[in-house]
Amino acid sequence: MSTPAHGFSLTLDDILHQYGSAIAVDHVTLEIGAGELVSLLGPSGCGKTTLLRIIGGFLQQTSGRVIVGGRPIDDLPPNKRGVGIVFQNYALFPHMSVAENIAYGLAARGADRSAQKKQVGEMLELVQLSHLAERLPKQLSGGQQQRVALARALAVEPRLLLLDEPFAALDKSLRLDMQIEIKRIQRQSGTTCIMVTHDQEEALSMSDRVAVLSRGRLEQFGTPTAVYDRPETLFVNQFVGTANQLQGTLESTSAEACSVRLPGGRILQCAPPHEALPGGSDVIACVRPESLRIGSDADGIAATVELGLPLGATIVHEVLTDDGLRIKTSEPRLPGLEPRAPGSRITVSPLAASAIRVFPVPA
Amino acid sequence: MRTFTPVTVYGLRFTTPLAAFFVLFFLAPLLLLLFISLHNDTALTEFGFSQYTKFFTEGFALPILADTLWLGVQVTLLSLVLGYALAWAFVRSRPSVQTVLIMIIVMPLLTSVVVRTFAWIVILGRQGILNTVLMNWEWIETPARLLYTRSGLVVALANVQLPLMVLPLITALQRIEPNLEDASSILGASAWRTFFKVTLPLTLPGVVAGCLLTFAASITAFISQSLIGGGQMLFMPMYIYQQASTLQNWPYAAAISLVFLVAVMGCVSVFNILGRLSKGYATT
Ligand SMILES: Nc1ncnc2c1ncn2[C@@H]1O[C@H](COP(=O)(O)OP(=O)(O)O)[C@@H](O)[C@H]1O
Ligand SMILES: [Mg+2]
Repeated sequence: MSTPAHGFSLTLDDILHQYGSAIAVDHVTLEIGAGELVSLLGPSGCGKTTLLRIIGGFLQQTSGRVIVGGRPIDDLPPNKRGVGIVFQNYALFPHMSVAENIAYGLAARGADRSAQKKQVGEMLELVQLSHLAERLPKQLSGGQQQRVALARALAVEPRLLLLDEPFAALDKSLRLDMQIEIKRIQRQSGTTCIMVTHDQEEALSMSDRVAVLSRGRLEQFGTPTAVYDRPETLFVNQFVGTANQLQGTLESTSAEACSVRLPGGRILQCAPPHEALPGGSDVIACVRPESLRIGSDADGIAATVELGLPLGATIVHEVLTDDGLRIKTSEPRLPGLEPRAPGSRITVSPLAASAIRVFPVPA
Repeated sequence: MRTFTPVTVYGLRFTTPLAAFFVLFFLAPLLLLLFISLHNDTALTEFGFSQYTKFFTEGFALPILADTLWLGVQVTLLSLVLGYALAWAFVRSRPSVQTVLIMIIVMPLLTSVVVRTFAWIVILGRQGILNTVLMNWEWIETPARLLYTRSGLVVALANVQLPLMVLPLITALQRIEPNLEDASSILGASAWRTFFKVTLPLTLPGVVAGCLLTFAASITAFISQSLIGGGQMLFMPMYIYQQASTLQNWPYAAAISLVFLVAVMGCVSVFNILGRLSKGYATT
């Protein structure tokens, strides 16, 4: 791109969308800054595509506003919105060559041939496909098709780029390459990017901020670190990463910590709950497997190893505590470290109180 | 060592019944037709090419052939426009509406050509539905001549052959990835641009197939041509019938049949070439 185009900010203001009486998007409000890469993360059916189609203008929301660069765009049809989309299956025009695909949006905007040619050349260079300009989409590999789709969307210098599950169709090794590639191109072009995904690793690794959605509702919107380390809801804790759930009752809360009594009578020091809870209420304490250590400390929770799995870079154990809780732990694999044999007696202890999050039991 | 024959390869002997049927009921009559056409007299005693010379030099038959092919072109174009709109509406309808539409589209195939053609006589006649309505609305004062006219015939034939056009078009439209049209519009294309640059090119195989079927069916539609044309217009099928049945001139009838056949095959191969060219588009 000759001059780095700068993306526009996007505000979703209290978006509600209903299909008939079913609510697909439930009063979602998001403020996304110019040039940011934000992921919409959530399980299948949580309303991600619906939200994307509303931003693209293919779907009229039931209520709420979409504001791009400070201007509401709800009255504009898709072809006037200046939004670029990389569709999940790329949606390349099968009857046009790579170069024609990339030139399509420029031609639709009435750019003259020499300007089209120049821009197509720059785009091909950006996605490193100059040598394939005359190929048809079906003659390209999945990763190449995706880069064409990206170049086609970026060629018209959109104010906003939407990516719908961009890596779902790629195999694992190619996926990482493309993630780095897209991140690089996004940085280089300065385009504001909204990426839809159900893959939490992808969302955490690529985004500036992550919006976690569940059943149409926004659960949490924050940096990958905040979402992973300080989940605000039980859903986020469960969906982003994995967590052991321990039922208990809240004993006491202070500004720095709280204590939870587990059914066996053991008291667990945890991070204070995100929302204020009365003492004595039923809670769930969530602790990630990697926040637990297996050892022989006397003050740990006594347990028996049920299963030890060497999973590449980590070793995962499933243990049964003497109180009858089944817990997963995960530790980095050091040279010479073997999984413990089933039946070994060990103790499990949390790394820090702040690593245990407390949530109310869902109604 | 045992060799395995792939399970998808069959010996040619399985095609024998079909081949025999084809030879008996298509190839043999065709050769017979050729044999008869190569006689100079109706008694089939003298060999010669005079029937063909007559067709091409007499100046009466050639315009009929041209007019018949032109009729086919007119009907095909009208069917294409109506059929595309109908197929488009079908693909975009809700499933419940689609059920109703497909009934309406297929209905003509389930009724006899004679019945459909008579329906058009009822519609287009002097006291027909169309004239009555137009006169009631005082758009015209005297009944317009619709039946037994060229345009009446084109419209009626287009209606009769419409399913042949609509069904391949529906298939072609349904095969288009819906995201492609969204992709086009988000890239800034208007609805018309999307149609002409994306939808239409991608449905070309369907267009070619529909046109081929409609064309072939409408130039050979003996019953509709005769009843709606009302004997005022002479097309190849009727011309052949007259020569064979009324005038008992079998050699000439055979000759013009073969010329007609070759002309139609010529048109069909043009369509086929177009179809093959458009194939490259169709695969998504
Ligand atoms: N066209 C539609 N009509 C009715 N319900 C729909 C339609 N599209 C999606 N939904 C419903 O809306 C919810 C959200 O769907 P979607 O936005 O596709 O989710 P996601 O992309 O996160 O998987 C789902 O429950 C889905 O069944
Ligand atoms: Mg989706």
